Amino acid sequence: MSANPQLDANGALAHLLTLEGLPRAIILHILDTAASFVSVAEREVKKVPLLRGISVFNLFFESSTRTRTTFEIAAKRLSADVINLNIGTSSTSKGESLLDTVDNLSAMQADMFVVRHAQSGAAHLIARHAGAHQHVINAGDGRHAHPTQGLLDAYTIRHYKKDFTALSVAIVGDILHSRVARSLVHALNILGTPDVRVVGPQTLLPAGVESLGVRVFHDMRKGLAGADVVVMLRLQNERMRGPLLPSAQEFNKYYGLTPDKLALARPDAIVMHPGPMNRGVEIDSAVADGAQSVILPQVTFGIAVRMAVMSILGGS
Amino acid sequence: MQLPDAEALCADLARQLRAHVTPETGMVGIHTGGAWLAERLHRALALALPLGTLDISFYRDDYRTTGLHKSVRASRIPFDVGGRHLLLVDDVLYTGRTVRAAMNELFDYGRPESIRLVALVDRGERELPICPQFVGTALGVPGGSMLRLGRDAGGRLALRLDA
Repeated sequence: MSANPQLDANGALAHLLTLEGLPRAIILHILDTAASFVSVAEREVKKVPLLRGISVFNLFFESSTRTRTTFEIAAKRLSADVINLNIGTSSTSKGESLLDTVDNLSAMQADMFVVRHAQSGAAHLIARHAGAHQHVINAGDGRHAHPTQGLLDAYTIRHYKKDFTALSVAIVGDILHSRVARSLVHALNILGTPDVRVVGPQTLLPAGVESLGVRVFHDMRKGLAGADVVVMLRLQNERMRGPLLPSAQEFNKYYGLTPDKLALARPDAIVMHPGPMNRGVEIDSAVADGAQSVILPQVTFGIAVRMAVMSILGGS
Repeated sequence: MQLPDAEALCADLARQLRAHVTPETGMVGIHTGGAWLAERLHRALALALPLGTLDISFYRDDYRTTGLHKSVRASRIPFDVGGRHLLLVDDVLYTGRTVRAAMNELFDYGRPESIRLVALVDRGERELPICPQFVGTALGVPGGSMLRLGRDAGGRLALRLDA
């Protein structure tokens, strides 16, 4: 086994667990393949036969509508059989362990697992436990990683800005609880983005965040100045333990994206958000629905990116 | 071995096709060599509809053993396939598997009225019941070697044989 648990002995992608440490060539292969899948959605038959006969199990130990749905659409457009399990309401609530659940699904000939879990490392655990021909995709584990979101964000940025090597990207808001932010920072670094900034109050930035290779701003106006891309993050109230913020109104005043704050970024800056949005908290409707917003294209690109990941894994 | 002149074969194919195309004929080339050849035939025949191109990577029958191709390009058919007479163009016709994959993909765009197959070279040794309607030449090539079409910076087509 190679040092990177995501890669097989030949260096090919066997699982997608995190973007950290992933070779640049693999990320580019995923983004290039996704570009070819975008046009499939414009045809009369929006399917290709690649994953015929492959069973994809969506294991969602934590609720999610958008991510689960886009994974399901992606698998179906690749002609896979898709089985959705909301485990929060199933076996584990009857006391079954995570690996027992996986063993049972493997006995049902599962070929691919798409895993979301509140615990960081859950997808890694399943990947270590999986059989030689099974593939695991991390669809979000705790605060750790959400690699397909990082890839679809990178795809979106490349679609609108073409080249990463001259970009300033500002990621704003609740960085502390955000696996989306971590995955995007890794993707941007690997793709050679020279200026990655994180913007937020001290209480919502992880300790030592600078070690990820980012510049830290507490003043949003300074953090947005001259940015080409503004990525707004959702305030994750459900993950907050104890009072990290005075109030949502207070947060909006300092860190909400309003038209006047957006005006400090470059005039052609794009605005992204992984969803779901809290309108009036981290983003104003005038911005979310405005001309610079690419929030809905992100969702569309997300399907193509997940098709690319699944099709690369399924053939390895 | 002496390979035939691809430019001469291309000109001959255009002559063969001339009596068989109408303003409604759609032409689709298979990446990469077939698309280059189709570009030339499309221009020579002055076809009215824009040229379509297919990358059959998502339809290959060896995906489960060899995985996804390293460089997939987007397929692009800029006209309505439904009810149309199509010319499907490839550079070298061999096992027939590429053509099968291309036909499967074409039907996901719509139901064509007909598909006729155009190939610069037919090297025989078919593994599927597929037969071309228009061929530049038939040519036996040692098994295991790869015969393909190349295009130089000036746009000139040439066949080459890789061991």
